[in-house]
Amino acid sequence: GAMGGSASLIPRDLLGEYQELTFLSKQEILLAYKRFSELLPKEERENAWSVRVPKSQILTLPELRANPFQHRICHVFSTSETKDDSMSFEDFLDMLSVFSDSATSDIKSHYAFRIFDFDDDGTLDRKDLEQLVNCLTGQGEESRLSSAEMEQLIQNILEESDIDKDGTINLSEFQHVVSRSPDFASSFKIVL
Amino acid sequence: EDKEEDESKEEDNGSQQNRASRRKNYQRKNRDGKKAREEGGQKKDRGKTAPTKDQKESENKEKKTTKRGKEGEKKDRKNSTSSGSSNSSDEESLSEEELAMLKEQVEQKKKLISTMRNKPWRMVKKLSVLREAQDFVEKFEGALGKGKGKKLYAYKMMMAKKWVKFKRDFENFKTQCIPWEMKIKEVESHFGSSVASYFIFLRWMYGVNLVLFGLIFGLVIIPEILMGMPYGSLPRKTVPRAEQATAMDFSVLWDFEGYIKYSALFYGYYNNQRTIGWLKYRLPMAYFMVGISVFGYSLMVVIRSMARNANESTADGDDDNFIFSWKMFTSWDYLIGNPETADNKFASITTSFKESIVDEQESNKDENIHLRRFLRVLANVLIICCLCGSGYLIYFVVKRSQTFSKMQNVGWYERNEVEIVMSLLGMFCPPLFETIAALENYHPRIGLKWQLGRIFALFLGNLYTFLLALMDDVNEKLAEEDVVKNITHWTLLGHHNSSAGNDSTVTPPPLDPADVPRGPCWETTVGIEIVRLTVSDILVTYITILVGDFIRACFVRFVNYCWCWDLEAGFPSYAEFDISGNVLGLVFNQGMIWMGSFYAPGLVGINVLRLLTSMYFQCWAVMSSNVPHARVFKASKSNNFYMGLLLLILFLSLLPVAYTIMSLPPSFDCGPFSGKKRMYDVIQETIELDFPLFVAKIFSYVANPGLIIPAILLMVLTIYYLNAVSKAYQRANAELKKKMQMQREEEKNKRNNKASTNPMLEDLEDLLTPSTKTESPPKQAEDKKIESPNGTSPVRKPGRGEVLAGSPMASGRGAAFTPPSQAFVMQPRTLGIRASYPGQPRPWGHPLGPLPGRGRGQPCY
Repeated sequence: GAMGGSASLIPRDLLGEYQELTFLSKQEILLAYKRFSELLPKEERENAWSVRVPKSQILTLPELRANPFQHRICHVFSTSETKDDSMSFEDFLDMLSVFSDSATSDIKSHYAFRIFDFDDDGTLDRKDLEQLVNCLTGQGEESRLSSAEMEQLIQNILEESDIDKDGTINLSEFQHVVSRSPDFASSFKIVL
Repeated sequence: EDKEEDESKEEDNGSQQNRASRRKNYQRKNRDGKKAREEGGQKKDRGKTAPTKDQKESENKEKKTTKRGKEGEKKDRKNSTSSGSSNSSDEESLSEEELAMLKEQVEQKKKLISTMRNKPWRMVKKLSVLREAQDFVEKFEGALGKGKGKKLYAYKMMMAKKWVKFKRDFENFKTQCIPWEMKIKEVESHFGSSVASYFIFLRWMYGVNLVLFGLIFGLVIIPEILMGMPYGSLPRKTVPRAEQATAMDFSVLWDFEGYIKYSALFYGYYNNQRTIGWLKYRLPMAYFMVGISVFGYSLMVVIRSMARNANESTADGDDDNFIFSWKMFTSWDYLIGNPETADNKFASITTSFKESIVDEQESNKDENIHLRRFLRVLANVLIICCLCGSGYLIYFVVKRSQTFSKMQNVGWYERNEVEIVMSLLGMFCPPLFETIAALENYHPRIGLKWQLGRIFALFLGNLYTFLLALMDDVNEKLAEEDVVKNITHWTLLGHHNSSAGNDSTVTPPPLDPADVPRGPCWETTVGIEIVRLTVSDILVTYITILVGDFIRACFVRFVNYCWCWDLEAGFPSYAEFDISGNVLGLVFNQGMIWMGSFYAPGLVGINVLRLLTSMYFQCWAVMSSNVPHARVFKASKSNNFYMGLLLLILFLSLLPVAYTIMSLPPSFDCGPFSGKKRMYDVIQETIELDFPLFVAKIFSYVANPGLIIPAILLMVLTIYYLNAVSKAYQRANAELKKKMQMQREEEKNKRNNKASTNPMLEDLEDLLTPSTKTESPPKQAEDKKIESPNGTSPVRKPGRGEVLAGSPMASGRGAAFTPPSQAFVMQPRTLGIRASYPGQPRPWGHPLGPLPGRGRGQPCY
């Protein structure tokens, strides 16, 4: 069937290597390939893995559609040289591997940090946190926090997590906090 | 098909060629890198000139990118390059030491391969490193071992490889076998992970029950049907004369009388013949052992999965140091794929933020504490009243049903009063509790726990009242049995005598099994009660779903067109999926199954059917007629909470079964243990008759209280010891945490001092820091960044090292993003906590390399 056709397009060696390098099983990789090539126009499907899928197409995936961090996710996992956040198949696999069920919470928190680091400067500062809060509270005007509330919230968060008191949260502080959370590994998860 | 294969082969070749060339490139690069490193090392002494810095920088990068992290790997890498060059020249002249070293390297490479997926690298890089490592292993594996050892070693390696591949295939196979993955995923994306956690629990339960089903059907019911005496051959396997008229009624399906009562589904049907069939299958023994192993297996599975859950979440979940941070960083459920649910989630996150801010402010005020306390006490009093009332009601009803059962023609309601009352209580009490709980004004998560606890108490109370009443019943039956036993005896004797007296030459016509007077067989009675309760529970659950969810949804949806107010937003609206109620229902149902499976082996079969249908039915009901929760909870650790409930129920359902097995005499004329004083005598009998003498002796020693009591004592002591040890570990952990924090502060102070003494450095830092942080409003900035070339991502291409070496400063943030992240991983992992760097505040400010005062345990470049 269609599945078999697309499956045979991944060489066996590479499939093995992908299994070695990701947290995905064979079926999941094949499914990922199928879903990925479906995002491409028909004529490009034969060589789906040398082609990059533009961001707009990636965001049509139902798994990302409702996610407030969709742009960040694309940005973090894209290896595009032109900075258009397009994704190759390998980027796509990287993403699914990190979000898979069996990925360790270490690697999950690493990528979570990079997703939340909106200005890509390696730390979460007040601006990043503010943006994060705005992402989490949605677009609606009535659901926004007032600036006083925002200030209070960020203050509290920094008090809790900023262990070295430099006004920002760095990766290890972030991982320290997140690894303690009972929910993180179960919610930082996307299944195709 | 052939064509496709050819194609793939071609591609394969292509990729192999690619690989080869890449490998070559890589090796060359390595050598270059090494040279550069040596150069750098030499130049290091000469002072800090610009080109050296560049070189060092690039070299650092390369080092980091190739092995990022632990020092062990670094060593390994250096070794590999050096030995790679030396080995290619003369492989024969390997000394013992070198061999050992090589072996170690190979092991390290293998370890690297197996842990590669844990590294936050790009796929391209992972691929190249993997290939390099694999090539290395392949190349030098053969060189290890000498002479005869060589072959053995190669063989071992080959087997290891095969084993890995087999394991992987097996894993793949296993994931393929997991049923309902897509169904659950669909639910998950609409309702978030909390609702899905119920279905995952349901699926797990189904798996456990399938195993129990296999045990019971494979070892008890099927052998009995295949090899046991057929129906009608014995009194216990025949419907009594008095009941034969109604034995085929339709109501039999509902109240389990008639033919169903005298079938292999119930305890009473089994014969006490020691062995059956040509296999000499010891059925009574098997029956007993299966009954025990049902509990044993369930206990093992529940505890194992609890331990696994506890292992996975190493966190001490009650740690309330990070309330806000957790809300911030972990509250989004990435599985949500439905815009509506996402909207709900946004709303719930917002309210939770606001609430926690208010809480924080309120915790300082603490006003109205008296009123709240009073309300909470009041609520608890009300709920205890409800619990007592429901317990009494059930006791009353069960007592009444015993008088009904003695009367002749009673109506349908009278016969099923107990089940109906229990189901109604189960249906109406939880909402009542919820209403009362509104008085208490707890945080929803705590409120949920209270609610669960109360429903649990309700169900448990009901169950135990039911059991107590049933025990009364059983005791009555036992008294009755003594009488019947004599009657039976005399009847059989009388029949024999009369026929013998009439005509001594003709053998007496055997008494029809249906006419033999019977004892009440309390075991089957208990079994039937429990089966009936289970079945009525199933029906009530399904009807509730159908009426409460589906019909309601239809009504709201279609009548809304012609109604005075908005039904969808207003009063009835759509139902939410009640997770706690459903989970508790499932848990209690399982308790009934465990309790009943000894006296009604067929019960597990019914339960398997129930779980199977409820998987489809509830999935459908949820998707068709429920709306996502207004406040979306996450599954969180409650998974283990559910497991804890299950364990408790398992223990509680084990108690009555163990009691009846150990201290009540089995019925004299039904079941596999009839004629014995106690059910467990079957073990002794088997040991005495089927095993050599010394086994019986050993067994009698082992069963001696003189041995059992010390063993129990030993276990208690072990538990005490382990507990103490774990507490000590916890203390040590806390101590370490404190120490680390102190060190961090110390270092920070040091750094501050240095910074103040070295203004030059500070200036440089400021110069190099791009002013990206002053980027206007956050929301727009995000959007802008997507297009803007300024929003550089950490690009990682294969040849990145060289590129960067060429322009160390030019690539600014994007290029410099990587070092800190690598530096983090480079630290040795400590107990649960990774030390943070009080290094420099802006990592990109230092193309010069690491600042002084960086943490310990780091390689210096």
